[in-house]
Amino acid sequence: MPIQLRRLLLLFSVFIIIFIVIRHFLVPDSFGEFGHYRGDALDEIASQEVKFMGNQSCVACHDSIGTLLIEGYHDYLQCEVCHGPGYQHNVNPVTYHLLKPMERTDCAKCHSQNKARAEDGIIQQDIDNHHPERKCIECHNPHQP
Amino acid sequence: MDPRFEHLYEALTKVDGFIYPNEIDLAWSVLIVLYPYITGLVAGAFILASLERVFKVKALKPTYAIALLTSFSFLLVATMPLIFHLGKPLRFFEILTTPHLTSAMAVFGFVYLWYLMVVLLLEIWFDYRHDLVIWSNQGRGMKKWIYKILTLGIKDISTEALSWDQKLGYAVTIIGIPSAFLLHGYVGFIFGSIKANPWWSTTLMPVIFLFSAMVSGIALVMVIFMLVNYIRKEKIDMKCLDTIGKFLLYAIIIDFALEALDQVHRFYVADESFDTIYLLMSGKLYITLIGMQIIVGTVIPLIVLGFMQFYKPKVKIRQWLYFITGILVLVGIFFMRWNVVIGGQLFSKSFNGFTSFKLDLIGAEGFLGAAIWMIVPFLILAFLLWLLPPWKKISEHF
Ligand code: HEC
Ligand code: HEC
Ligand code: HEC
Ligand code: HEC
Repeated sequence: MPIQLRRLLLLFSVFIIIFIVIRHFLVPDSFGEFGHYRGDALDEIASQEVKFMGNQSCVACHDSIGTLLIEGYHDYLQCEVCHGPGYQHNVNPVTYHLLKPMERTDCAKCHSQNKARAEDGIIQQDIDNHHPERKCIECHNPHQP
Repeated sequence: MDPRFEHLYEALTKVDGFIYPNEIDLAWSVLIVLYPYITGLVAGAFILASLERVFKVKALKPTYAIALLTSFSFLLVATMPLIFHLGKPLRFFEILTTPHLTSAMAVFGFVYLWYLMVVLLLEIWFDYRHDLVIWSNQGRGMKKWIYKILTLGIKDISTEALSWDQKLGYAVTIIGIPSAFLLHGYVGFIFGSIKANPWWSTTLMPVIFLFSAMVSGIALVMVIFMLVNYIRKEKIDMKCLDTIGKFLLYAIIIDFALEALDQVHRFYVADESFDTIYLLMSGKLYITLIGMQIIVGTVIPLIVLGFMQFYKPKVKIRQWLYFITGILVLVGIFFMRWNVVIGGQLFSKSFNGFTSFKLDLIGAEGFLGAAIWMIVPFLILAFLLWLLPPWKKISEHF
């Protein structure tokens, strides 16, 4: 074998050994515990602060609004899509207040006319001409429109 | 307005028609445009070097070492745009320490290392070994020591050892050609395999990327070759330049044919995404696709280079024409990458709307941040040309 080749093989083996040693220190201990990721990541994510709670949690206290919602057209909306993330409120309902989206633009987020959106998904309304002088919630109950 | 929705309204001003929420902001911006651009330059420059060495186009000899060093200096930077695009750049090494062998993106680390360590470094080393030994005996100071280290302590320059250099170097070049194809075909593969995106998902993608890589690499070496000669106040070897021009022309023809094939196919098939794609090409991408990529980057160079195959103007004019076409081609291929990467994210996968993209000036993902990664390779190249000047080489390969 020519000397060049021998020297290169030596060099590459050194590289590979260094790589293996470094790898030993860099790979986190819990890696591969459950799959191709750091096992500890699961606990870390689970310990993060919760933001959204889902409708069941709200209905525990606001049961009348819950039934109102279920019976109306807004039945499959989440409370929190209008009121914002509710975890803090669930813990401290009296001190932490949620949003009350009462403006016309708040309803328009979903109901304004948009040619590109399928008509049968959400009923569209010509916001500029549909009773422009008053707020939507003066005529429509947001929980049972 | 409620501050919690402010960003939403601002973001919605960028949108035409209907678009899914996660499509408003582009996930891949100019750095991801640079990445295939730079890897393309690497692969293309290397293939030009192989033309000389493996396919025995002897007229290209003066560009051989320059092409290799160009390829090498761009390869060193190729990963930087990717790393700086990451949210956590310092974690990039994890892709190597915990390799995921069935992920195409994760495999890039290995394709890259293979190309860097086994192909380019070795080919340059075998090519320069004889000279390194000689230089390490001549100079003084730092430079001498760098040469000494680079020889890896081998002083043997007997004919037998040198003929081994030749044989091994040749073998590496042969391995290098498929590797260069792999390196850049791979980049096309990544885009081509995203099946939800009709602008990307075509089997032709790797091949198109490969040939556009050759086009840009050849143009780059041509421009650098002329610049190096200009700075050194040497006369340019016109036979060599004409030959590069000829191969550049061939590469552009193939590349253009493939891209045209891709588009014609899209027009003819006209599947459900076509209306959107047509709007994209005639609207948001009009300037960069029709103007920059096709007219500036392809048609004009085709005409100029084609013309020069039949009629050769005076040397001075020819040099200018080559130089300008080289630059045009480089600009054109940049916009080809732009149109693929940015274009593919401008339309909604619902095919009902578009978002828009504005390049910032500052920031890692801005114009200046990207410009850095286009300047650094030239600095590396200048350093390499100083350290390993091809014009001072004594040894010659066959
Ligand atoms: C379509 C959006 C929307 C949805 C969905 C929605 N709300 Fe409301 N909610 C409103 C608006 C608007 C108001 C303010 C009405 C007002 O003050 O007249 C409001 C007011 C309230 C109030 C205060 C009532 C008061 O008298 O002060 C409560 C409590 C409430 N919502 C709970 C809920 C719960 C629980 C849900 C889910 C079961 C829910 N909301 C779903 C829009 C919504
Ligand atoms: C532990 C019981 C409880 C739960 C769970 C609860 N709330 Fe309340 N909520 C209250 C009380 C009590 C008030 C009245 C607070 C006040 O008047 O100061 C209230 C008030 C509200 C209001 C009126 C605005 C305000 O903050 O005063 C809204 C809107 C509201 N809740 C929405 C929700 C939503 C949405 C959820 C689910 C994420 C939810 N609530 C879960 C007890 C609860
Ligand atoms: C998160 C999106 C969203 C918001 C915000 C929203 N809606 Fe709706 N709305 C819907 C959906 C979904 C339906 C159900 C459409 C269907 O069943 O066809 C609906 C149905 C309705 C309907 C009944 C339409 C019919 O079929 O007759 C009315 C009226 C209405 N909404 C009014 C309002 C008003 C007023 C507000 C503001 C307080 C509002 N909506 C806010 C999503 C929304
Ligand atoms: C003056 C009272 C009033 C106000 C204010 C008002 N609406 Fe209405 N809305 C009505 C009545 C009445 C109807 C049913 C008759 C109709 O279709 O026009 C209706 C119907 C609708 C429908 C159902 C349309 C359909 O085809 O079934 C939607 C959606 C709606 N309104 C949304 C809104 C929104 C969003 C706002 C605020 C921007 C709003 N409305 C403000 C009275 C009102």
